[in-house]
Amino acid sequence: MAERAASNVETPARTLLVVVGVAVVCAMLVSLTAVNLRPRYTANLEAYRLGQLESILDALSQRGYPVAAQDIEARVVELASGRYSDKLKPATFDARKAAADPGTSVAIPADRDVAALKRRAIHATVFLVRDAGRNVTLIILPVYGVGYQSTLRGFLALEGDTSKVLALRFYEQGDTPGLGARIQDPSWEAMWDAKRVYDDSGALRLGVARGPVPRGSEDAAYMVDGISGATRTSRGVHQLLRFWLGDFGFGPYLERVRQGKG
Amino acid sequence: MANRLLSALITPLVGENPITLQILGICSALAVTTTLDTALVMSAAVTCVLALSGASISAIRRFLPRSVRIIVQITIIASFVIIVDLVLKAFAYEISLRLSVFVGLIVTNCIILARAEGFAMHNGILASTLDGIGNGLGYALILVVVGSIRELFGHGTLLDIQIFWTTAKGGGFEPVQLMLLPPSAFFIIGCIIWFIRTRRPEQVDKSEFQIRREAQEEAR
Repeated sequence: MAERAASNVETPARTLLVVVGVAVVCAMLVSLTAVNLRPRYTANLEAYRLGQLESILDALSQRGYPVAAQDIEARVVELASGRYSDKLKPATFDARKAAADPGTSVAIPADRDVAALKRRAIHATVFLVRDAGRNVTLIILPVYGVGYQSTLRGFLALEGDTSKVLALRFYEQGDTPGLGARIQDPSWEAMWDAKRVYDDSGALRLGVARGPVPRGSEDAAYMVDGISGATRTSRGVHQLLRFWLGDFGFGPYLERVRQGKG
Repeated sequence: MANRLLSALITPLVGENPITLQILGICSALAVTTTLDTALVMSAAVTCVLALSGASISAIRRFLPRSVRIIVQITIIASFVIIVDLVLKAFAYEISLRLSVFVGLIVTNCIILARAEGFAMHNGILASTLDGIGNGLGYALILVVVGSIRELFGHGTLLDIQIFWTTAKGGGFEPVQLMLLPPSAFFIIGCIIWFIRTRRPEQVDKSEFQIRREAQEEAR
């Protein structure tokens, strides 16, 4: 303790000064690093997002839906009418920016806002694959919603007649590792394969169960197991699917696809 | 002086290894050693944080009021951990995904606070930096050994290079599933500690039996 400084360090004023000083210097270091590295980080995230899109395509081709990246057609859809927009180009349309800008987004009525998003962009980019007869064989929808402590963003791939799920992949989430983050586990992702979206009456049934889906129950065709210990994340996924497949999400667009106008 | 600096760097490698002698930082040693590359990146991250926090805490040790020293140390350590985490996310995104929460948890790694409170608070900047690097390398040594064993016998590879031809690829080596699970790291670290303490009996903890008897007498 020979090196310990004189006792005048111990006054409340000096204590406060040292604490504030350390806090300011540390905060500056952290924010400087964060700001300087952000472009690289977002570039990595974008590459990862594209990688996830490609991994959906890989998974599909292994299951007998051979799709090459160049066969994918990106289109901007006006969500309310379900029609394609010719003014907005997929290459330049930034859905995330559009959702944040009051000029290019709309407020979601409270009774329709099952995923607690408050606003959504007027338009969205969808990805399509067509067969030789120009019929849609595969639709990939961008979806997002609120998890436990982060925004979950992913892609939902549906069969061309919108009846079944081909894959659901989340490329961005910040929920608890080992619990909510398991929505990115291959084993959980695999459960979405071939789940039915609507029942025979046309009601939306796809979702996440609370806990495991009882075996042999009617729900087993539509629901996947909730993740134990991650109730809020599981609900978040359930609700974001209900919202984006519903009337205020891609519902009108999917209806047009079913009518052959996709 | 030069001798002291050198010993600050070298003694934590085996003589005072943070994992095998002080039994600190076990949690991350179990979690990030399934493959060698995550073990290496984690070791580098911990070494950086140890060296940087040791240097900065040593630099301001004379101005640090005793009453708030731990909180200030944690603030400094946490800042460096966030910076290391950001650098990993920017330059090694894939690996940062696999390390997930464990880079952030370096803050709570006992090795770092132990070196800050136990060494950097009483020694100069250069000695504290070298002590940080030394302890980081000591931690790295164990992680690399454990990571190599687990990857070699769990996957048949080292840094993704095939060493043993596994049965899945038509060879004769059946991967040991246990190696992919955290308990295997416990067994390996246990064997390393056993080996070191057999060679260096001075590291063996004193029997706790005597402490208990004294406590019993005191209780009477």
